[in-house]
This record gives sequence, C-alpha cells and structure tokens, in this order.
Amino acid sequence: MDSQPYSSHDPVAIKIMIAGGFGVGKTTMVGAVSEIKPLRTEAAMTEKSEGVDDTGHVRDKTTTTVAMDFGRITMREGLSIYLFGTPGQDRFWFMWDELAHGALGAVVLADTRRLAESFASVDYFEERRLPFIVAVNCFDGARRHSPEDIRSALDLDPRVPIVLCDARSRESAKEALITLVGHVLDGAGTRA
Amino acid sequence: MDEPAWADEDAGPIVRPYALTGGRTRDEHGGRLDLLDLVETTGEEPERRMDLGPEHLRIRRLTAEPLSVAEVAADLDLPLDVVRVLLGDLLKHGLVRLRKPASVSRLTDARLLKEVIDGLSAL
Repeated sequence: MDSQPYSSHDPVAIKIMIAGGFGVGKTTMVGAVSEIKPLRTEAAMTEKSEGVDDTGHVRDKTTTTVAMDFGRITMREGLSIYLFGTPGQDRFWFMWDELAHGALGAVVLADTRRLAESFASVDYFEERRLPFIVAVNCFDGARRHSPEDIRSALDLDPRVPIVLCDARSRESAKEALITLVGHVLDGAGTRA
Repeated sequence: MDEPAWADEDAGPIVRPYALTGGRTRDEHGGRLDLLDLVETTGEEPERRMDLGPEHLRIRRLTAEPLSVAEVAADLDLPLDVVRVLLGDLLKHGLVRLRKPASVSRLTDARLLKEVIDGLSAL
C-alpha cells in the first residue's frame, strides 16, 4: 500500500477522471455537479522528437490544443474534489497519464448505442489498476439494456459497479461519484 | 473598398502562447508541477529586474488564496505547460509558494472517504 500519512491541517485533493468515448456526455456530467472550466494543453501533432531540441533553428512543428473539461467541488476548507474529463481522441493518451497520476478513480461513461467507444477507457483503467465504475448514460431514445448485458458486453470484472445515469442530472452525476468513492472504499482493504 | 481582414477566433491566437514565456517550454523550477499543486502568493513584491510580464502578475492576483495549478491555467485560459513555465519564474523569484496537497490515490483512510460520500450526498 502506498498510502501516505497526512495531518488534518494538510489540504486534501481528490482527483476523479470522467472518461469515455467522444460525445458520450463527459462535459455534461462534469457540468452537472460543478462549475466547468476548459483546461487547455498543447500536443504536438508530429511524432514526439527524441533527444534534445534543435538549437538555432525553429523547425515547423504543428501543435494542436487539447481542451479538457475541468471542475472543482469544494467539500470544505482544505478538501476538494477535482473532476477531469479526459480528452476524447486516442491520440491524446499522454494527457491521460498525467490525469491518472494520483487519481482516486474514474467514472467511465458509456453509451449503449456505441459501447465499443468505451473499450479503450476500460482497458486503460484495468491495466493501471485504477478503480473505476461504468456509468451508462441513458440518452433519450436509446434502448435500455440491463447492467448485466452491459457487464458482459464490456467483459467487466463482477466487482466493477455499473450505474444507469442521466449525465444531465445533478442527482444522477452525484450518484455516479458516490458509487465510485464507495467502490474505492470497498476495495481499500482488499486491493493488492 | 477593401476592409482590413480582421481575424476571428477561428484564426487561432494572435500571440503564440510560448511568446509569453520567451520561447521557453520548460520551467526553471526543478520538479514538474502537478495539476493539483496549490499555488499561493508570498508577501514578496515583484521587482523590475525580475522581468515579469502581465501574465505573471495576473497569476499573483489569482493566487492570493491558494489555487491549484490546473485552475490557474484554466482561469488564465493558457495552455498548462505555458502556465508551468510562468509559475517556475515566480517560484524562482520567491513570489509564490507551493503546497502539495495530500494525494488520496489508493487511500486507505476510510474516514475521509466516508466524509467525501456524505459531502457529495449533501450537495
């Protein structure tokens, strides 16, 4: 266990990732429980260059701005939850690593019409052994599936909680976060 | 009549972000600043020799109360790594200080996690 001691005077920051494929409702969910701010970072579009940067010449390097959704929920003085919506496209994995560093866990949002969009997120958190839950965003008109159908479609470990949610609803987004924290709490004693 | 072709937002930033850092893409502070590190101004006053820009001073105003690196970047609407460089300058001159919040990853503190659940329920 790499838990660290802290005194009650230290500020405590809890980082939660909101992940899932493009257009699955991540922005909506972050915005449902907190004020939302876009956080920008730049990514090179070209291959990462090895070694030291060129001196003297500025080479043509195309960069693109990646915007992530970011929100903070203040529980009390010195205890805040920070929510980060992951960038949707696969080429921004580098940013996932920064977000996953020190994270408590993740909510993987899934859309039953495009479940395959969630595979990459599920794989990512399983590989890193970061606790996560799956929240199925029940869009209007989308066919409802039972959580067990979704579990088998995503090949999820039986311990991973699945909740049905409406990312637009504050109550629903809160419930997803509570489920995640509860899942971390359940696993805290048993995780290797 | 030829109107000047004003650039709109789609044209991208007029000032390249790294112009604010004098082209530097790395901060001069030793460790990499974490997204959640808290920044707070110190009592020191900036001096002319420090060669600070308006963004440095905006950061100082923003962080009168402790604010995370991520929020400083979001509030300034500048890319994260640009803000890291600017913060590195301020740290070098002792104009801000950093506090590392306790990380709650893999936390075994059940009491705190329960507090978070209660806090979320009460939102």
